[in-house]
Amino acid sequence: MILENIFSAQFVYSILRMATPLVLSAMAALITKKAGVMCIAFEGMMLFGALGGVIGSAFTRNVIGGVLTGILFGVAVAFIFAYFVLVLNANTVLTGLALNTLGSGGTVFILYVICGDKGTSTSLNSLVLPSVNIPLVQKIPVLGPILSGHNVMTYLAFLAVILTYLFINKTAMGLRIRSVGENPQAAESVGIKVIRTRFTAILTAGVLSSMGGIYMSMGYLPFFTRDMVAGRGFMAIAAQNLGGGMVFPTVLSALLFGGAEALSNVMQSLRLPAETMQMLPYVVTLVALFFVGGSSDRGRRKKRREKK
Amino acid sequence: MQSKKIEQRFQVIRMLVAVAIALVIAFLLVCFVSETPAATMGNFLFGPFQSIRRIGNMVEMMTPLLFTGVSVSIMYSCNQINMASEGAFFLGGVASSYIAVTWLLPVGIHPFFCILAGGLVGSAVCGIPAFLYVKRGALPVVSSLMINYVSLYLGLLIINYIIRDPQAGYLCSYEFAETAVLPDLFSKTNVHFGLIIAIAVLIFGYLYLNKSRWGYSIRMIGKNPAFAKYSGMNVFGTILACQLVGGFLAGMGGAVEQLGMYNRFQYQALSNHGFDGILIAILAHYNPKFVAPAALFLAYIRVGADIMARTSDVPVEIVSIIQAIIIIFVAAERFLSGWKHREIVKASRNELAAKGE
Repeated sequence: MILENIFSAQFVYSILRMATPLVLSAMAALITKKAGVMCIAFEGMMLFGALGGVIGSAFTRNVIGGVLTGILFGVAVAFIFAYFVLVLNANTVLTGLALNTLGSGGTVFILYVICGDKGTSTSLNSLVLPSVNIPLVQKIPVLGPILSGHNVMTYLAFLAVILTYLFINKTAMGLRIRSVGENPQAAESVGIKVIRTRFTAILTAGVLSSMGGIYMSMGYLPFFTRDMVAGRGFMAIAAQNLGGGMVFPTVLSALLFGGAEALSNVMQSLRLPAETMQMLPYVVTLVALFFVGGSSDRGRRKKRREKK
Repeated sequence: MQSKKIEQRFQVIRMLVAVAIALVIAFLLVCFVSETPAATMGNFLFGPFQSIRRIGNMVEMMTPLLFTGVSVSIMYSCNQINMASEGAFFLGGVASSYIAVTWLLPVGIHPFFCILAGGLVGSAVCGIPAFLYVKRGALPVVSSLMINYVSLYLGLLIINYIIRDPQAGYLCSYEFAETAVLPDLFSKTNVHFGLIIAIAVLIFGYLYLNKSRWGYSIRMIGKNPAFAKYSGMNVFGTILACQLVGGFLAGMGGAVEQLGMYNRFQYQALSNHGFDGILIAILAHYNPKFVAPAALFLAYIRVGADIMARTSDVPVEIVSIIQAIIIIFVAAERFLSGWKHREIVKASRNELAAKGE
């Protein structure tokens, strides 16, 4: 019964659906990581992105207007993060924490002011991003139902993966970001502006992460609900950790977490205790962290030990 | 010496400026939302002192925050950003509820075991991220956030499938045994015996962190792990131990909150006490001595916002905004640093001039 559900095209389709926000935010996490900034503010960026998308699309009556507003909201959070961390030298984790608190409370505040409801934005009548059927792929037996018919943002997410890969590995800016992350003093000594480079990286991450948030309120669900991001920003960081700072392993980890979420949805419908299944993605992350270890300093530490 | 004094004064002033900025922004938001901003803001600032019951509310709200504040102060003192106190508080509450519902024990001993269970579970919750860091190098920032969600769903699972009261119309446990409940201290308020336990925890935290050998190594490891290591301290052991102690206190807090304030477990989501503990610990500079005023301040703006939300149209969530602004400005090292710099320069000039004479 369970297996039947899992080995269906529908299930694989739902993995991609669940993984979309994770993939986008994991790419954001990757870029900040490459720039040597420990950013945990993605929860806040995603929430503001999600709210911005709903508000923008409701007032401009235009999907693109919604997306742009969402990105503007998310990038505003990223900008505050970058300004405090880079210019005012604030502790990155505490700033991230503060912005996540702001995301959770601030979005509800704005929601209440605009529609008088603290729970959802259903009264706003916002728009939804369209789904796309890919003409030829659609007809292929198994692959068709898996790959076709997704929300636009899902395709954009995978496009973003390729662009992130090219951005980090093939462009001058990417090289600068990597060098600033590896050794800021060395980078500075050859004339790279460390703060400006990190600023660019954080704002780029803000765009990606808020796209993940926009997907939540304009695709995954057709409205905004309070705290709808529900830890996905943190899971994205975990995926980045698990992927060891490389683009494609990070995407695979994000897909793994998406799979765990999709599985929890399937099992909920089979009347198994919902709590166990809701726990699953987080347990998977913890177990994965145990096996992979986290940061790259562990490798360094090991090497140092061997030297002794 | 002089510059150290300026440094200290600067810390206090920066914190006050951060609070002032947060309150000004809150006032602007209130002006924007409310039709009678002055009256609303008056309710917010002075409402909490208007009756004994409201003062009682502040003390009730402060009690659990004392636990998490001390907990986070200890955990962060060795430079571990472990946010699992949130999960520890929740799961500690669940564990104590389990004991309070199912065990039969005499008055006086029952709460002791409930709180002990809460503490042990809290230790386990905060210990896992520390273990992952010490053994596998996984950053506690990520793992502790994951463990919070695991604690939430594990706790709800226990409530839902083991001690759920099917007669109550919503998800909650059976009523606690009367022997387990912590008695109230004063009539007219719900201020309960937990306050005394919290004060004991404050004193313990202060002695442990500031006056003991262990506390010294914790703080040294936080400031300079390499130095601590070369001076022969057991870095990993100390990190693990202080996360376990911190987790124990957070779990105790969850237990005390349940037994003191409620007659059955009824949380449906994480209660945010652990994250509030982080704000309090930052305001207190990770020093248990200052945890009480910081917790009282947070309780004050909470109760104020509650009153404001009930009497006007400003939502309670304004507190999160105030909280975020305070954290972000207190964390910003260079905020007002120009002023500090000038003060120090002026002081040392004066000193030189005095010497020259």
